[in-house]
Amino acid sequence: MIHLRGITKRFGDYPALHGIDLDVAPGEFIALLGPSGSGKTTLLRIIAGLEFQDSGTVLLGGEDVSSLPVAQRHVGFVFQHYALFRHMTVADNVAFGLSVRRGKDRLPKAARHARAEELLRLVQLEGLGSRYPGQLSGGQRQRVALARALAIEPRLLLLDEPFGALDAKVRKDLRRWLRDLHKQMGLTSIFVTHDQEEALELADRVVVMNQGRIEQIGAPDAVYMNPETPFVSHFVGETNRLPVPGTAAGSEIHFRPHEITLAPDGAEALLVDNVFRKGAVWRAEGLLEGSGQFVELDLPSSGEAPRLGQTIRFNPHRARMFNANGDQTQGETR
Amino acid sequence: MLPGFGLSFGFTLAWLTLIVLIPLATIFLKAAGLGWSEFLAVGFSRRAMAAYQLSFGTAAVAGLVNAVFGLIVAWVLVRYDFTGKQVVSALVDLPFALPTAVAGIALTALYTPTGWIGQFLEPLGIKVAFTWIGITIALVFIGLPFVVRSVEPVLADLGREVEEAAATLGATRWQTFTRVIFPAIGPALLTGFALAFARGVGEYGSVIFISGNMPGRTEIAPLLIVTQLEQYAYAGATAIAVVMMLASFAVLLLINLVQAASRRRTGA
Repeated sequence: MIHLRGITKRFGDYPALHGIDLDVAPGEFIALLGPSGSGKTTLLRIIAGLEFQDSGTVLLGGEDVSSLPVAQRHVGFVFQHYALFRHMTVADNVAFGLSVRRGKDRLPKAARHARAEELLRLVQLEGLGSRYPGQLSGGQRQRVALARALAIEPRLLLLDEPFGALDAKVRKDLRRWLRDLHKQMGLTSIFVTHDQEEALELADRVVVMNQGRIEQIGAPDAVYMNPETPFVSHFVGETNRLPVPGTAAGSEIHFRPHEITLAPDGAEALLVDNVFRKGAVWRAEGLLEGSGQFVELDLPSSGEAPRLGQTIRFNPHRARMFNANGDQTQGETR
Repeated sequence: MLPGFGLSFGFTLAWLTLIVLIPLATIFLKAAGLGWSEFLAVGFSRRAMAAYQLSFGTAAVAGLVNAVFGLIVAWVLVRYDFTGKQVVSALVDLPFALPTAVAGIALTALYTPTGWIGQFLEPLGIKVAFTWIGITIALVFIGLPFVVRSVEPVLADLGREVEEAAATLGATRWQTFTRVIFPAIGPALLTGFALAFARGVGEYGSVIFISGNMPGRTEIAPLLIVTQLEQYAYAGATAIAVVMMLASFAVLLLINLVQAASRRRTGA
């Protein structure tokens, strides 16, 4: 469906993307995940045609659209801050893409209206068509923006931090709702997020980006369980990092807070200096005896809460080792 | 919000009364001294009617010209970064600061048949100085900042995203402008027009040099008032002032009503 080859982009002296290759299959739901400045939004905007690459090609459905302007690419785009037309009613917003068509593609007004109603039903905003965007809540506005993007029957749906401006509860509901909608419609979709939880929950595949490069592409489970680079390891999910004694400088062992076994004769000892409940587990934080590294551990909350000043002995039962170049030097477990 | 509505509202009312209402009431009081028939004779004389027509007409044309070009200037100032932007921005405000008579003299010098610009227009049969066109040019100069400064913040607030959204939905640039940008900045543009228009109606200093002041042809209403004052016909002057004031108030009220209606519509 989408094939990106060698996409590069610079903003002045600042290199935003270095040779990105990416293939997306029809119907896939892809997350571009990365910190700000990783180039994820730039990549999304290049796919949409809102920005143009310095080199490389963009193929959409087998067609080379590398230099096609956005208005002719036929992609739906949802903006973080909705970008609704404030002076138009919700229904007119949704029907906008249909009303700007000319020639034989132009639907009669009644048909455009019917289509807008249908889409508002789809996004569960039936009956709000005559309101103005200013009269809606944030979550409702974002659904209007989605309906507006879907109205042009795009071959591809692109969402730029679609939940970024919403509060936590609304965000969660809308997330679940978007996942259901994607299942129902099967429209190839790419969304940008810096929230790893969002990426892992929604996407079929996650593309982790950092400093203009793709670090790893994989299913959410694979990215979480088997991160291929130190960056992915600590950006997706929480990770403890320990230097490896007796190896080349810079080698690190990464293990997640829950990838431990408590053992009275454990190799590591944590001196607890903070404890709190984190959902179903106790989270204990503190410094390791000996190395003085800061470490977080998850302990079963069926047991007693760890006490401050207590020493917890444990062994990581599953870990990954990276050398100074960021290459994985050993199998995933040890 | 800070408390003290009662105090601050009272202060506002007292201040407005002192600065605006009392002087305006005095004008009505003075004009009332004329008696109804005399008021009509002076306030609606042929000469006065021609002056109203000229003043309101040229102010409206100048306001429209400013609406178009002020919008372009505001667009450039908001959307592009270029060296000397601050200088251009300062230039826009200059008509506020310049004594208007200076502007009038400069414009007259430019547009007389022997002036720098006038000498090229003369062979084409276009007379600017001492005609309504010259008056309009002076009012365009005076009114420019109003439109630019009214539209600028609204345009900046509108942002690029709505333009991009329109483009992703297949709109051409022209459709994006006419259907997305223009309606959004319409109310601000109308405000700018109203301010420029109001300023143009009352403008005196920059106009009297370039207009030539021929009674019935290029004599603006404010000048007619001054003429009356010079002849010690105070009541006559106030009669003309009352007519101008009521007409201006009617126009501004109408514009405000249109804006209130559009605000209600968008629920903003």
